[in-house]
Amino acid sequence: MRILRLALRRLAASLPTLLLILAGMFLLLQLAPGDTVDALMAQMGGGDAALAEDLRRFYGLDVGIAAQLWNYLTRLATLDLGFSAIYGKPVATVILERLPPTILLMVSALSFAFFFGLLLGVLAARRVNRWPDTLISTLGLLFYATPSFWFGLMAIVLFSVYLQWLPAGGFYDITMGYTGLAAVLDIARHLVLPTLTLGLIFLAIYLRIMRASMLEVLSLDFVRTARAKGLTETRVVARHVLRNAMLPMVTLIGLQAGTMLGGSVVVESVFALPGLGRLAYESVVQRDLNTLLGIVFVSALLVIAINFVVDILYARLDPRISAES
Amino acid sequence: MTALTRRETFLLGAAAMIPASAVEAQETPRRGGVLTVHFATEQRILNPSLQASTGVYIVGGKMQEALLDLDAQGNPVGVLAESWESAPDGLTHVFRLRRGVTWHDGRPFTSADVQFTAMEMWKKILNYGTTLQQFLTEVQTPDPHTAIFKYERPMPQGLLLRALPDLGYISPKHIFETGDIRQNPANTAPVGTGPFKFVQYERGQFIIAERNPNYWRNNQPYLDRVVWRVVGDRAAAAAQLESGQILFSPYSSLAIADLQRLGRDPRFEATTRGNEGNVRTNTLEFNFRNPILADIRVRRAIAHSLNVPFFIENFLGPFAKPGTGPIPSISTDYYPTEAMPQYGFDAALANRLLDEAGHRRGAGGVRFSLRLLPAPWGEDIALWATFIQQSLQQVGIRVEVVRNDAAGFLRSVYNEHAFDLASGWHQYRSDPAVSTTVWYRSGSPRGAPWTNQWGWTDARIDGIIDAAATEVDPVKRKALYADFVRAVQTELPLWMPIEQIFVSVFNRRIRNAGNNPRWASSTWHDTWLAS
Repeated sequence: MRILRLALRRLAASLPTLLLILAGMFLLLQLAPGDTVDALMAQMGGGDAALAEDLRRFYGLDVGIAAQLWNYLTRLATLDLGFSAIYGKPVATVILERLPPTILLMVSALSFAFFFGLLLGVLAARRVNRWPDTLISTLGLLFYATPSFWFGLMAIVLFSVYLQWLPAGGFYDITMGYTGLAAVLDIARHLVLPTLTLGLIFLAIYLRIMRASMLEVLSLDFVRTARAKGLTETRVVARHVLRNAMLPMVTLIGLQAGTMLGGSVVVESVFALPGLGRLAYESVVQRDLNTLLGIVFVSALLVIAINFVVDILYARLDPRISAES
Repeated sequence: MTALTRRETFLLGAAAMIPASAVEAQETPRRGGVLTVHFATEQRILNPSLQASTGVYIVGGKMQEALLDLDAQGNPVGVLAESWESAPDGLTHVFRLRRGVTWHDGRPFTSADVQFTAMEMWKKILNYGTTLQQFLTEVQTPDPHTAIFKYERPMPQGLLLRALPDLGYISPKHIFETGDIRQNPANTAPVGTGPFKFVQYERGQFIIAERNPNYWRNNQPYLDRVVWRVVGDRAAAAAQLESGQILFSPYSSLAIADLQRLGRDPRFEATTRGNEGNVRTNTLEFNFRNPILADIRVRRAIAHSLNVPFFIENFLGPFAKPGTGPIPSISTDYYPTEAMPQYGFDAALANRLLDEAGHRRGAGGVRFSLRLLPAPWGEDIALWATFIQQSLQQVGIRVEVVRNDAAGFLRSVYNEHAFDLASGWHQYRSDPAVSTTVWYRSGSPRGAPWTNQWGWTDARIDGIIDAAATEVDPVKRKALYADFVRAVQTELPLWMPIEQIFVSVFNRRIRNAGNNPRWASSTWHDTWLAS
């Protein structure tokens, strides 16, 4: 109950920000030359001016910008996200269709990066300045410096074109029509390469943060006390150091979940995944305001939710921090 | 002279390809299999009666059919129409429709469908259709298998028959007659008479169609299914071709380097065969509102500064050749037989013309500066823009390249006229009256893309264009178009120096691939897959 009250209060506090973001986005897109009818004309390969006027009326673009923004916000007040110009469907439906692949990719990439980042960070910290540390740090730097599209394409060339182990793209195999467990495995197979591509960059960040944080905590007094008690090194690290070194990692996850939602455009394009990033990109190119604002709205809600969970986790990890203060 | 040699080489190359496909055609077609197709740019709708674009034909053209298509030689051949005749005055055209054809939902196809589609879709909504059918007054349906098109002004039969394969798709009246046509759900789940029935469309992922068991051509189609995969990234699409997830990539949707690389791979064929009906020219558009460019000497000087054969050889490769004007050489009916004014590479002449026009070199050797807006579609346009920038620098013209996305480009060039030079594609659609002469005819309202928005008017050229559009005698019509090409090549309101045909990449398992000039857009009723 307390948590629910807290959640509602957090949401209410974010409302002005949300409104500001939406209005800002709307106005920003007005600065881009051309509207959705121009984009449609480009797709059609031309048409006469009467047709263009007709289409502008159809898409509700024949009224002024202020009126358009007002129409949008009043509709949003009733939780109506409007109609997508490119898809000819309600924006809510379009986004709902795209959410599962996005969240699946985000969760798997983040878990991969978090788990291995943690593991490698701990390993590097325990062997600091010796060869395992150097190896891990160099690898991390390499992953971090590699552009994700290149990494993705090279992975496709190696694993799909030459070795033929994994599919080159798509979310699942449409020609086979799998059901049940086979379908789940099929989706998993399709997600291996995108997850690795997206995860490796984040892995590099996590492992560096984890390494630094471990080194700092290892030098604190309570660790010396634990060692003086005669605990084994493994026990010291697992029970005392790790928990305290986790705080920056949790902060980072909260921040990056937001980036990953919108930031996977490249990976989604390279692997032809139907995610939110590609949808957002397409809506910008096609000047589909409703869809773009809808995505911003949903992403903002997700980020607020994730940060809320992160705050609660803080309190669990370190009782000195209270979520309510 | 160089141009001629190139064209000969090109034709020889095309001729060399024919025997291979002729051999394939003698094999016995195998039934079954799934043809997977690269779908690069998702469209808002799939209905070719409402939107004339290759992105719609590649999907909707398998489910819906047109009155006519083109045969292997590029001549009109009946699909939903069996035969046709035209009155000598060009005001009446009669189409006798095929009997025993049914829509995918089982209802019979009749002349009422033709009448409804022509009057409500082609005349009112279809891009290019609205212009083509501007003077269509009514479609009479004396019986279910006859449609009589009545025109207010003469409609040349040649123009109508050449335009209908693209602008003549029929939609079912019983599905579209109620409600707003644009919002009809059948626009993204087509109901047609074609060899493949719509099954499923997952936006951003794929479209599936399956064999129509009641198709009017007996024992066809051979394929069980057609699956279109939405892959926007060109490198990723090339990888999917190589891994076998995609068997066919249409309309030059891959990177130029990948087209050339896959063309050398024995598993694939990269060819312009089957796209002869989809020829395009690269343009260089001049804004006459800039007084510098209103001077014909400057426009000619710019043309003389660009070494087009060099550019083609080094950047575009074997799929392009120098263009000679707005009517491409592939158009056998209207390509002028006599030589037209051309602008070969001659930097000295360019410099002299610019001096004569009074633009002396100033500080740093610069005469004046221009903004060039390249269209964002096509790698070739980006390369061409850079080439223009660097070539014009040699003759003392500083060029700033301003890159926009599609909506921004169309708005800046054709509506706000905020450009000095622009470059994109002109698509030639079988007859100059469909989408070529609009680039030159004055009077296009502001904002209409790919029309004369140059601030340039020539009453004589307008007159030739109008006369040719309603001239029913094919010989006179061809002569008028020769006059037109000569006039615009002399005046040079815009320049079309490169001719390109779209490139298809086929997996060699596909049989009967590219066996007509608009194959990627056609129905694929006789396409099959070797094991």
